[in-house]
Amino acid sequence: MNETGAVTSGKLEAIYRSDARRVLATLIRLLGDFDRAEEALADAFAAAAAQWPRDGIPKKPFAWLVSAGRFRAIDRLRRKARHDASLKDLAMQFESEAAEPPEWDDKLIEDDQLRLIFTCCHPALSPDAQVAMTLREVCGLRTEEIAAAFLVSAPTVAQRIVRAKARIRDENIPYETPASDELSGRLEYVLRAVYLVFNEGYLASSGASVTRADLSAEAIRLGRLLVQLLPDPEALGLLALMLLQESRHAARATASGAIVLLQDQDRSHWDRGLIEEGLALVRRAFAGGEVGSYAIQAAIAAEHAHADSIDRTDWRKIVSLYNLLLRADPSPVAELNRAAAMAECDGAEAGLALIDAILARGDLADYHPAYAARAELCRRLSRLDEARASYAKALSLAQQGPVRELLMRQALGLGAGPES
Amino acid sequence: MKYVCLVYLDESIFAPMSDYERGLFVNEALDSDEALRRGGNFVYANALQLPEAAVSVRVRDNKLSATDGPFAETKEHLSGLIVIEARDLNEAIRLAGNIPMARLGTIEVRPVRELERMEIGDKQV
Repeated sequence: MNETGAVTSGKLEAIYRSDARRVLATLIRLLGDFDRAEEALADAFAAAAAQWPRDGIPKKPFAWLVSAGRFRAIDRLRRKARHDASLKDLAMQFESEAAEPPEWDDKLIEDDQLRLIFTCCHPALSPDAQVAMTLREVCGLRTEEIAAAFLVSAPTVAQRIVRAKARIRDENIPYETPASDELSGRLEYVLRAVYLVFNEGYLASSGASVTRADLSAEAIRLGRLLVQLLPDPEALGLLALMLLQESRHAARATASGAIVLLQDQDRSHWDRGLIEEGLALVRRAFAGGEVGSYAIQAAIAAEHAHADSIDRTDWRKIVSLYNLLLRADPSPVAELNRAAAMAECDGAEAGLALIDAILARGDLADYHPAYAARAELCRRLSRLDEARASYAKALSLAQQGPVRELLMRQALGLGAGPES
Repeated sequence: MKYVCLVYLDESIFAPMSDYERGLFVNEALDSDEALRRGGNFVYANALQLPEAAVSVRVRDNKLSATDGPFAETKEHLSGLIVIEARDLNEAIRLAGNIPMARLGTIEVRPVRELERMEIGDKQV
């Protein structure tokens, strides 16, 4: 029985949004090639646009679209085989496969989505290519939308995607979920790509572009999908981290786009729904025993989310979480953040000594937040000249408008410099 | 979104072909138009006659001039255009890749730019 009533273009568009990427993921498995599957996907929706208004929406649109796409691909191959005999065998192979009774195994369909995600984030592809492939193939963003969001030209993104697909084809990268012994290693690439998308949106959202802020929403959608398909502690951790950061969205910039620092944010504007969801995910991630970098970072974000104010933040707990993070995933940025937390526990002097030690090593020499943090601690110690010099250094490194404005405001807050 | 596929070919490559080979190619090109039509991607397509048949028109100082040409330095010249409807640039690239002329020459894929009438007010003096 088909659903009756008018099949409007709006309904079709809604089905495209909800089902197209899943249909594509399954078609790639059945047809063994991205381009052939995309062609089949387009054909399937063209067929739906022609038939559904007449016959109604089928009971299982997903199954209908997959099988329509599959048969049209066979049709196309047969036609092309008239000019290119080498395609004849492939057409016959697909035909005999399609003749077998279709299995609508839900698990298999879900796995197709994971196959697609892992293939798009295959380590043989550059991080830029992984991000472009994931956003286009998994999320369904248009090439032009990805380009606008990352402030690069559409031909640049288009070529990344074309080359990535060629690479997948030429290197016979299999369309599969990695075996359990390499799963966590491969998942790292997927999570990194998702977090890259999130940060691109997160960092931009205090700026002017709305499109860029949408990237955060897209990354969270991806995070939710991953958690649903593969509830690994790090996938849970990443989703929690993104939700907890996103929960401060409304509070971390003024209407005019100026940055509001954590200590100055109006915490009543934090999104409690996102916080609750994030906290629950952190608990789930830690329940398994073994935790990684994302889960620990999420736990740090959770400590801030718990606290009513900056003064009532459990900084000792945060320092111990940074100690854990430095063991799981050592980095100078984590060390810097630990130093800032130490300053809250043991005083500005202790924090400053740690930051100076990091800078003396030459790490973070080009990282403006290191100098901004140093300046803040110098200010607290009334070492105003040093604070001024550090703000100046931070300003010489910062690129983004809102960050520069914040640094200038802070530097001006120190008052006039010494007469010279 | 509409994209124009500008087909650049060195048509001297057709000279050594037999009538049968040429016929095969032309039919394949028409089949490819047909495939675009079936997929709902077809807007317009036409091959062009050789540049020798072209005239370049200019109006300068209210005078119209018509000259032979264009005379391009390169052997490849614009020999056809196909306008397609595609979801995004990568879909347009995929569709252009199915056009048989892509195997012999180059297809430049360009998004169209929809011009809108602009509110410009009176001329500033």
